[in-house]
Amino acid sequence: MGTEPLSRRSFLTAAGLAATSVPLLGACGGDSDDSGGSSKVTIEWWNIATTEPGKTLWPTAARAYEAAHPNVQIKLTSLENDAYKSKMTAQTTSGKLPDIFHTWGGGVLEQQVQAGLVKDLTGGVAPWIGSLLPISVQPYQFGGKTYAVPYDIGMVGFWYNKAHFAKAGIESPPATWTEFLDAVRKLKTAAITPIALAGKEKWPGHYYWSYLAIRIGGVAALKQAAETKDFSGAPFVQAGQRLKELVDLAPFQNGFLGASYPTTDGQAAQMGNGKAGMELMGQWAPNVQKEMGKGLGDGLGFFPFPTVEGGQGAPAEVFGGGGGNALSKDAPAEALDFLKFFASVENDRKRVASKAFLPIAKGAETALTDPNLKTVSQKLNTATGFQLFLDQAFPPAVGQEVNDQVAALIAGKASPEQVAQAVTKTAKSQ
Amino acid sequence: MALSALKKDPSGNAVAPPARGRRAPRGTAARRRSFRHGATVAAFLSPALLLFALLVLVPILYALYTSLFKWGGFGAPETFVGLDNFTALLQDEVFLGDLWRGFVLIALSVGIQLPFALSMAVLLNQRLRGRAFYRLLFFAPYVLSEVITGVLFTMIFSPDSGLADHVLDLVGLGDLGITWFASPATVLPTIFLVMTWKYFGFHMILYLAGLQSIPRDVLEAAAIDGAGAWQRFRHVTLPLLGPTIRISVFLSVIGAIQLFDLVWVITAGGPVHASETMAITMFQFGFKRYQVGYASAISVVMFLISFVFALLYQRYVLRRDLEGAVTSMRGRR
Repeated sequence: MGTEPLSRRSFLTAAGLAATSVPLLGACGGDSDDSGGSSKVTIEWWNIATTEPGKTLWPTAARAYEAAHPNVQIKLTSLENDAYKSKMTAQTTSGKLPDIFHTWGGGVLEQQVQAGLVKDLTGGVAPWIGSLLPISVQPYQFGGKTYAVPYDIGMVGFWYNKAHFAKAGIESPPATWTEFLDAVRKLKTAAITPIALAGKEKWPGHYYWSYLAIRIGGVAALKQAAETKDFSGAPFVQAGQRLKELVDLAPFQNGFLGASYPTTDGQAAQMGNGKAGMELMGQWAPNVQKEMGKGLGDGLGFFPFPTVEGGQGAPAEVFGGGGGNALSKDAPAEALDFLKFFASVENDRKRVASKAFLPIAKGAETALTDPNLKTVSQKLNTATGFQLFLDQAFPPAVGQEVNDQVAALIAGKASPEQVAQAVTKTAKSQ
Repeated sequence: MALSALKKDPSGNAVAPPARGRRAPRGTAARRRSFRHGATVAAFLSPALLLFALLVLVPILYALYTSLFKWGGFGAPETFVGLDNFTALLQDEVFLGDLWRGFVLIALSVGIQLPFALSMAVLLNQRLRGRAFYRLLFFAPYVLSEVITGVLFTMIFSPDSGLADHVLDLVGLGDLGITWFASPATVLPTIFLVMTWKYFGFHMILYLAGLQSIPRDVLEAAAIDGAGAWQRFRHVTLPLLGPTIRISVFLSVIGAIQLFDLVWVITAGGPVHASETMAITMFQFGFKRYQVGYASAISVVMFLISFVFALLYQRYVLRRDLEGAVTSMRGRR
């Protein structure tokens, strides 16, 4: 029969799913013994620490906590980002979340909160949340309540190749958009690819549009747009126009529309191998550049996103995101205690020393050694406003629409007005 | 009553009802036999039917149900929207583009890939040094997983540094500046190239099997009658290969409609939706945007297209080939 290959395949898939989900569901039952004390407690911890240094740091922290609390056992499940998201989608549909789970905050977490699956931590963290940097907790706060504890916070900015900039005759990093476009022209004249961009993945492109909107309208404009679900205002159309000015200079590497971010020929590798002048990326950029390419070492510099002439956004407003851990609504009390332990200065210093994370606990910044990361951390600490990555801050559909539309704009297939309208339309339908 | 009758039956379960004709006397013995026959059929079929219902029918019906809701995948679907998802779908440029791209891929597969596979099969059906080696070589890509194929070809077609550009450079075509997967204009043909590389070997093996079942004497008789090589192929080989070709076209079309993994790994549907397929749009909405109701609507449309195509194709094209296998044998049992 015609449908045989199909049904066979779905049967096998379904059988596979059934087989893997049985132990999972069993595990998720957990021992949610709230009485605490000396009774045995098992905590499920789903995270995304699949690469070094997290791969070592996460289990080490869990074992350290277990040693201090013999009645607690922490079971780690580590998944790669996309696999984690898919698994969490299935898990949220079933209405049962692991005791501790990784979150990027923003729209997804808010949806999970609204579905009644996440524990409100406001009261529990009140005694010690003051020891964390306020900006690092922001992505997990809705309506004055806190739903997760951070372990990392960062921001987006331009990472540039100092040698290329010197060769192109750019004396100091551009501070305004006009200077920035000038720098791009100079790099082109010097036969250097000005910017590396991963067009296939879309999210690196959305940084440009979002940061421009922040510079033009300020963080307040984005907040207002999120509330009124109206992105057709001037800041967003102008962000598209400014971005189009950049795109018209053809600043990206050859074939950027098909390029990934973390592959050996992708955006990070272009930078790491010295093939491009700069990239707009988060605090993890130097690590990935080194992993996918040779890495630039001291030849790598950082400058914040330039301001836009006449824009209302303060130069100290930052765009970024981090990582945190949230608790399922019936997680045991020990889980929250572990989050406190995980966010302590001692543990944060260990993370910061690995150069892959930025401090979230006050006092951990002394462990920073890299000058670029020091700059980033300092910008974060003195930030006057914070905007979470749009594809995380907004409901997933809106975030994806922003990514899709900005990608179309960068490919020359959509006008700034069309982008603003399409995002508004999706936001209104939510 | 049936139970007592069963106990009295001396020959036990060895009796196989001969069902010798429709006009058998409707006595108790016949009824008993037909009951036992039915029970046997039910006993053997029920596990398979149960699995089929649980794993195929229920999910299909559930998708049909959720496609009528505006549903984000959290909790139970609550906001009933009727057919709104479907009307939105028919106005969605990306989805309409998916249909068009699906059609293009089917046309290219049937028009280029299958004839290519057939010609290779005819070539490799002749006496040829290293014939088994070539067969193995051309079939090998089919054994590779889609993901590995995808990663392999992203490297080959990587702009500037990939093998494809290097080869073009060597033959003096380096200035063409084709960016393969990275340009909306070239991405679909390039993907089709990869699909052909991956799947033609499978169709070639199908055709080879078909060719081997063609009796030599028919071809010899045609040769003796003075038919040339082309005439023999056109009037003897091709008609006798009919059943194989029809099945191969069928598999190819269904495969193109459901195309997902290869494209997902290579381009994720980009640049700017230029290589997006229905399955990718569905995945985007279901797992990236959490618009599960809308994604369900896409899956329902996909199912309907495949289903209607399968039914029509079996009814009108495969009819002769399948006679007796899945049809009711013209009323005979």
